[in-house]
Amino acid sequence: MRAYVPDYDLVAPDNLSETLRLISREPGVWRPIAGGTDLMVLFEAGKLPYQKLVSLARIADLRGFTASESHVTLGALTTYTDMQRSEVMQREFPLLVKAASWTGAVATQNRGTLGGNIANASPAADSSPALLVYDAEIQLLSERGPRWMNYWEFHTGYKTTAMHLDEIIACISLPRTTTGCAQYLRKVGTRGAQAISKVALAGLAKMNAGKVEHIRLAIGSVAPVPFLCVETEGVLTGRRLDREAIGEAKEQIAAEIAPIDDIRSTADYRRRVTVNLLEEFLESLLPNP
Amino acid sequence: MGKVRIDLRVNGSAKTVDTYPMARLLDVLREQIGLTGTKEGCGEGECGACSVLVNGELVNSCLVPVLQVAGCEILTVEGLAENGQLHPMQQAFAETGGAQCGICTPGMILAACVLLKRFPCPTDRQIRDGLAGNLCRCTGYQKIFDAVREAGRAMAGT
Repeated sequence: MRAYVPDYDLVAPDNLSETLRLISREPGVWRPIAGGTDLMVLFEAGKLPYQKLVSLARIADLRGFTASESHVTLGALTTYTDMQRSEVMQREFPLLVKAASWTGAVATQNRGTLGGNIANASPAADSSPALLVYDAEIQLLSERGPRWMNYWEFHTGYKTTAMHLDEIIACISLPRTTTGCAQYLRKVGTRGAQAISKVALAGLAKMNAGKVEHIRLAIGSVAPVPFLCVETEGVLTGRRLDREAIGEAKEQIAAEIAPIDDIRSTADYRRRVTVNLLEEFLESLLPNP
Repeated sequence: MGKVRIDLRVNGSAKTVDTYPMARLLDVLREQIGLTGTKEGCGEGECGACSVLVNGELVNSCLVPVLQVAGCEILTVEGLAENGQLHPMQQAFAETGGAQCGICTPGMILAACVLLKRFPCPTDRQIRDGLAGNLCRCTGYQKIFDAVREAGRAMAGT
């Protein structure tokens, strides 16, 4: 059933202090909304579990990119379109640019935000695998002050997060350590655009004389949360990359994921595709693939 | 919850509406401003029938609470024609058979205009990406591709 619009309230302060005050006054009552590309779908379907919403869209402090020597920081309101247009993102974090380009289509990319994608906490979120392999950190903000956390610690269960009820996401920070790394991201969905992924795997690796010096592997849609495959990384780190190592890594990743049957795919298919994607990435790292 | 007063510019004219802040831009355009060119398809951001431009950027108006576009410049399909002359994109859709049942057409035309602004002479791949969020069940898309290419030529004056 459609939502009854007069039941819902929305306010749009243009500054952080007013927004944080409102959210902390009644924790859990005022729900932040940014681009609305997820929440408005629930709203229209009459399934939005919040009646009071506070729009973050007018808060200038949550927008824009800043680059220091060590990090590139994206305001939570950075849209998928902003990411695709950013030169520093294209150069150093191409996996996020790629993920942004296949999130929904143009209209969704113009409104949907990185902070919103993270806070919405879908296990199938397009930006998550890339953020994980880049070792992203998130700044959460409340009236009590800011705090930083590793993105890999953010998702605590299906659609649950480590965010407190009085917090919003302020920004996402990416360490500028990707130079010389091989980068990989592939999403398998029903069609190229407007598709929620069945499986998405991101990989980032630094090779040194045939050995894996550093590797990050992250997957979406195969567990209650998007996650880093630390056990599979452990199989590969410091090791000479050859067919045997790739075979062991494939076995490990199949054991490390927990896919389910749902409307988009089956556990069996997801497991098989995950292994194939890992193989594709690792083979691309071999000297003569 | 109470109504609020919201000022917008729609197709170049100032409009003021009294409405609920969570009302969808789509509904405000159709029911309060009387511009029914913008269509509702899926109501969940998948089909693009409700596409309009907000400050020059393509959005799905079914996913936009109207309060978030207070003070913004909105362009709907009704704002494309000038002085009784169809926009070259509208003309091209009419001439090539890019419009059939017409439900997707207003959104498709606006998405195509945004596409040509970025790529005046688009490749098939660029058309496919630019229109990926606009679904059509009549044309099989080939006539739409023809229309976009034709409009591109007309707008470049070749």
